[in-house]
Amino acid sequence: MTALADQLLVLCLLLNFAVLGTSRLAFSVRAVALQGVVLGVLPALVHPFSWHLVAIVAGIILVKGAAIPILIVRAIHKADIQREFEPFIGYIPSLVLGALFTALAFIFAARLPLAPEHEGLLFVPASLATLMCGFLVLMGRRKAISQVIGYLVMENGIFIFGLLLAEAMPVMVEAGALLDLLVGVFVMGIVINHISREFSSLDTSRLSTLREE
Amino acid sequence: MFDMLLHDPSLAVLGAVFLAALSGVPGLLLRPGESGQKLASLCAVAASALALPALISLLFAGTTSRYLLNWGLPFGPTELSFDPLSLLFLIPIFLVFPLGSLYALGYWPHLKHPSTGPALTFFYGLLSASMALVVLAHSGPLLLMAWEVMALSGFFLLLPEHESAEVRGAATVYLVASHVGVAGLFVLFSELRVTTGSFLFPETGSLALTGTAATVVFLAALIGFGSKAGLMPLHIWLPAAHANAPSHVSALLSGVMLKMGIYGLLRVLSFFGERPLWWGALILALGLVSALLGIAIAAVQKDLKRLLAYSSIENLGLVAAGIGMALIGQTTGNPRLAYLGLAGALFHLLNHSLFKPLLFFCAGSVLHATGTRELDLMGGLGKRLPVTALLSLLGAVAICGLPPFNGFASEFLLYLGFLGEARAPQPYLALGVPALALVGGIAAVSFVKLFGITYLGAPRSEAAAHGHEAPAFMLVPMAVLGGLCLVGGLCPGLFLALVQPVLSTVVPQAAGFAGLPFNLLWFAGAGSAVLALALGLFWLLRRRQVTSGTASGPTWGCGYLAPTSRMEYTGSSFGLLFGSFSSGLVRTRVNAPAPVGLLPGAARAGYLPEETLLERIILPVLGLVGIAFRYLRRVQHGEVHLYIIYIFVTLLVLMLWVR
Repeated sequence: MTALADQLLVLCLLLNFAVLGTSRLAFSVRAVALQGVVLGVLPALVHPFSWHLVAIVAGIILVKGAAIPILIVRAIHKADIQREFEPFIGYIPSLVLGALFTALAFIFAARLPLAPEHEGLLFVPASLATLMCGFLVLMGRRKAISQVIGYLVMENGIFIFGLLLAEAMPVMVEAGALLDLLVGVFVMGIVINHISREFSSLDTSRLSTLREE
Repeated sequence: MFDMLLHDPSLAVLGAVFLAALSGVPGLLLRPGESGQKLASLCAVAASALALPALISLLFAGTTSRYLLNWGLPFGPTELSFDPLSLLFLIPIFLVFPLGSLYALGYWPHLKHPSTGPALTFFYGLLSASMALVVLAHSGPLLLMAWEVMALSGFFLLLPEHESAEVRGAATVYLVASHVGVAGLFVLFSELRVTTGSFLFPETGSLALTGTAATVVFLAALIGFGSKAGLMPLHIWLPAAHANAPSHVSALLSGVMLKMGIYGLLRVLSFFGERPLWWGALILALGLVSALLGIAIAAVQKDLKRLLAYSSIENLGLVAAGIGMALIGQTTGNPRLAYLGLAGALFHLLNHSLFKPLLFFCAGSVLHATGTRELDLMGGLGKRLPVTALLSLLGAVAICGLPPFNGFASEFLLYLGFLGEARAPQPYLALGVPALALVGGIAAVSFVKLFGITYLGAPRSEAAAHGHEAPAFMLVPMAVLGGLCLVGGLCPGLFLALVQPVLSTVVPQAAGFAGLPFNLLWFAGAGSAVLALALGLFWLLRRRQVTSGTASGPTWGCGYLAPTSRMEYTGSSFGLLFGSFSSGLVRTRVNAPAPVGLLPGAARAGYLPEETLLERIILPVLGLVGIAFRYLRRVQHGEVHLYIIYIFVTLLVLMLWVR
């Protein structure tokens, strides 16, 4: 089972690069949605069966694979933009940096003082790498929608880390985390709407006019 | 419940604190109008009627009761303590608060100020209650919480006239200075927590700290509490704040809130069993410097309330000098000196909480009548506000330390200490006498100026000419305070009896010493004699006036036919002589353009006393700090992406560091 889980995690890492390397927003959203579904399946592979687990898996797949992508796609249609032009960090540099961060994550994870049962697993490095890729997207992209995507990737990274603990995770905590994410995306949707109305563009660098002098 | 109240006066005090805190709430909820304010004043009077008898009975019983508060906060349990030191400081709170509250009915009626009135009333109650809690708190966190509520209520009380930039500036300086002081308190209580292992205050005299730790505790207390007490050079917030607040607020701030600083200092000092000599010497020196500089700056002020504010610095300086004297007395094993210092300081503190509110109330009714605080625009108000003028005279005589009022009695104790106890180990104490005498002299100059320019002569402006007496709601509190000043002067024994139980808390040696070198009845005899002499003279003059008849006409102008009231001596001209003596201490900015050409046109001259320390030193230094921080502000550029990079870099650094 662990072998299959590791393969899925590798898929996750590859999806990170897909997000980093594309300028088409719709494709990024689909990649993140797929990543969410893959991650939703993971708990079922690493932990023994229980109804609690079924609920978690179903909840994650529904929210990350369907609800959030639908919200974002709708926002994309509303704002009428398909592509990210002129990012702060270009696509090729993004990919190179992403690779660098992934390598760093593996090095770092090897040195972390982990519990013995977690050593040698791909979970920790995959989590760190995904987290940093999410950061990279947040830093490098201009459009507010790309930032939402970066935020989602980052959250996925945190989620992978949480998988190590899923057994100890009560339903309430899990539900709370998902709800948090949903609300976060919702709020960002509203913010996006307001940015585009106020500045007639979704370029977050224009927000600097809002700082206090 | 009622039965318990009867048996335990401290519960009555707690009830009064709650009543004070909630006194302004109905006014916030009711629709704007008189009823809310009247209810608040009623609450205030009821609170004081509940608290004062309980306080005095507790004080005379000399017992200490504690209440353990087992709250769920992470600082551990806390205590409320009713010991003599706390009880003594509660008396001014429950005396000035109801009087100020009554005064506000005439001075700041809700009907005339519907937008600011209810909030002002609410914070007035909250300020009083939080001060009471500061005094009752027996653990660091509780004291700091109450302290913060007190500081913030004070801030909101300063702001009702926030349309004026001067008021906003004063409030900002107050807020900043107050929080700088709180930083000192944080250091103090953290250090105490480290050394005693608990946030609860150590028992009296039980803290055996030496070396650096003791010095840190002492200096932190001196800075934190000293800035609240307005000791120089930490006084910069005080004059502007007290001058710009509504008068009943100034009375509470000046009459009571300043004392919280002295309370804190005494409380911290009481923890120590052994105190190095230099602590007492430092407090003594700071006190004398504050007294001298404070009154010197007061003498050149031209703003009625600013003059009073600077005189508060002087009086608190005298109190600090007394405390320093007591500490020296204790360290050198001179119980008489310790007694005279501490009893004099605490007595003067009580006195100041009587005559300073009285003078601020008088200033308020002058302000109410004329609409200005500028001394040079007043004059002739004695005829138009006779009661205010009389009470103002009474307060001025009391604050100058002249018989037969209470200021004389307390300063007399300090004089005795400086003069009588300057013996072998510390002969330099005698140097306090000329300092004290100089302070008294300059105080007399200042208050002659205040009274003469305001109430005597001819009106200098239209507003002063049409002044009117204040309503009874304002006069009654003033009369109560004036009466208490007289009682304190004639029977100082009453006040000293209140002070007596406190002595053992701070300086145990002083408590054993009770015999003054003279009978206190002399005060009553001599005071009555002075009073009788004054009344007799007044009566004689009056009779001569009546029998010989009086003619009234304009002052003889040496033959000049068109004298105007602008040719009168002004406050500035009166203070000019003194100002020329003290030009090194107090700078007055004169703005008088030189006449140009053969036939110069109309010109204006003006002058403004400068806040030397604030404007010459502190503001320039803060300006430099601002320039230094401008580089830091570049970090805040509004680019969301770069902000995320900050987070990311922090995360990376943390990861590397942890590894």
